[in-house]
Amino acid sequence: MNTSIKMIVESLLFVAGEPITARQIHAMIPEKDLGEIKQAIEELKEDYEKLNRSFILKEVANGYQFRTRPLYKPYISNLLNATPPKLTRATLETLTIIAYKQPIIRQEIERFRGVDVGSILKALLERGLIRIVGRKALPGRPIIYGTTRKFLELFDLKDLSCLPTLKEIKALDDGENG
Amino acid sequence: MTFEAKLDIFEGPLDLLLHLIKINEVDISDIPIAKITDQYLEYLDLMKAIDVNVAGDFLVMASTLMYIKSKMLLPKNEDDLEDIEDPREEIVRPLLEYMQLKDASEELSSRDILNRDVFKRGVGLNKDVEANAINITGVSIYQLMDAFKKIVQKKDPDVVLRFTAEPWSVKEKTVEIMNRLNMNKKINFNNLFSKSSSVSEMIAIFLAMLDLVKKNLIIILQEKPEGDIWIEALVKKNKPVQPTTEYAEGTES
Repeated sequence: MNTSIKMIVESLLFVAGEPITARQIHAMIPEKDLGEIKQAIEELKEDYEKLNRSFILKEVANGYQFRTRPLYKPYISNLLNATPPKLTRATLETLTIIAYKQPIIRQEIERFRGVDVGSILKALLERGLIRIVGRKALPGRPIIYGTTRKFLELFDLKDLSCLPTLKEIKALDDGENG
Repeated sequence: MTFEAKLDIFEGPLDLLLHLIKINEVDISDIPIAKITDQYLEYLDLMKAIDVNVAGDFLVMASTLMYIKSKMLLPKNEDDLEDIEDPREEIVRPLLEYMQLKDASEELSSRDILNRDVFKRGVGLNKDVEANAINITGVSIYQLMDAFKKIVQKKDPDVVLRFTAEPWSVKEKTVEIMNRLNMNKKINFNNLFSKSSSVSEMIAIFLAMLDLVKKNLIIILQEKPEGDIWIEALVKKNKPVQPTTEYAEGTES
């Protein structure tokens, strides 16, 4: 296949760092065909898989991004001086509710958990994991929340349809305890 | 100084119900409502006694449970051939939905998380990258309360759950706990209270511990379910990164 397109696309993906789409790449090299660019991306993906290098080209957050393989995480976290964990169970559960039930207002979220989620919502907004989608036509015009691309990036999701399907919950003592 | 503000917890009545269902090993399709309701109310009392903010939803759930309990006690009307819904459905449905979501959030957290399992380009050395480690300690406030209740009852089996933390200062207790953690990396939950002279001192320590968890200064661990509960300080890694001989081939010193 056309090596030069492939290498141009690779260089752009390399520099971008953030997930970038085929269209965005096309905007930078408009003289090339979008179809060729898409093909180049697919080939690059396969190449990196086969090469077995420490990073691969991942399809995430509606775009493509170079990411390291989980195998190398202990070395990299040493390098990066990672700060202490900040996403608690309650925050994660709230985020999950929003992810699966969006668009959703605060009152509906609180109906699931039975606790005030005000500070959690604030934290999630600050971290860019949720966003305000609009306001509902109800008294008080409550804010409607949804997840962001950053959320997809964080959880290695290509798009919202890739959220793990909700499982059928069977009776608790189905042979398993806790 | 008294501890003015009530402690907020982020686990709601559904979490408490799930906890009760779990420790009683209950079949969710056949919940023993009377037993669960009684235990639920006991927990509410304990929470009030240790000054945890019992938000409205807890009380709504309490009255729902009591209502269901009374409905279940009513003799079934033989003439009533209608298929009346099991009164427990009112809580079973939201419980199942909640369990589903809890399941889903655990699944999400087991994926390859950015800055925890996988990394992207362009971060640079010695930068404080906010690790997106997802902190699921697996120890809920209700498990903590169970453990605390056991310790208090050992000290004073007749203790009536109506006491305050005075004259102990919860703030001082937080300092004490952090100092102890400076000396021993991990402390067994039970050992937190070994030197306490009174139940109110124990309460102050318990509240101090909850406060530290809320402030992200300590973490609570349990290696296996029903195992010992441990407390550990959350340390921020501040040491600068030095290339080791393994990596330093030809790089700058």
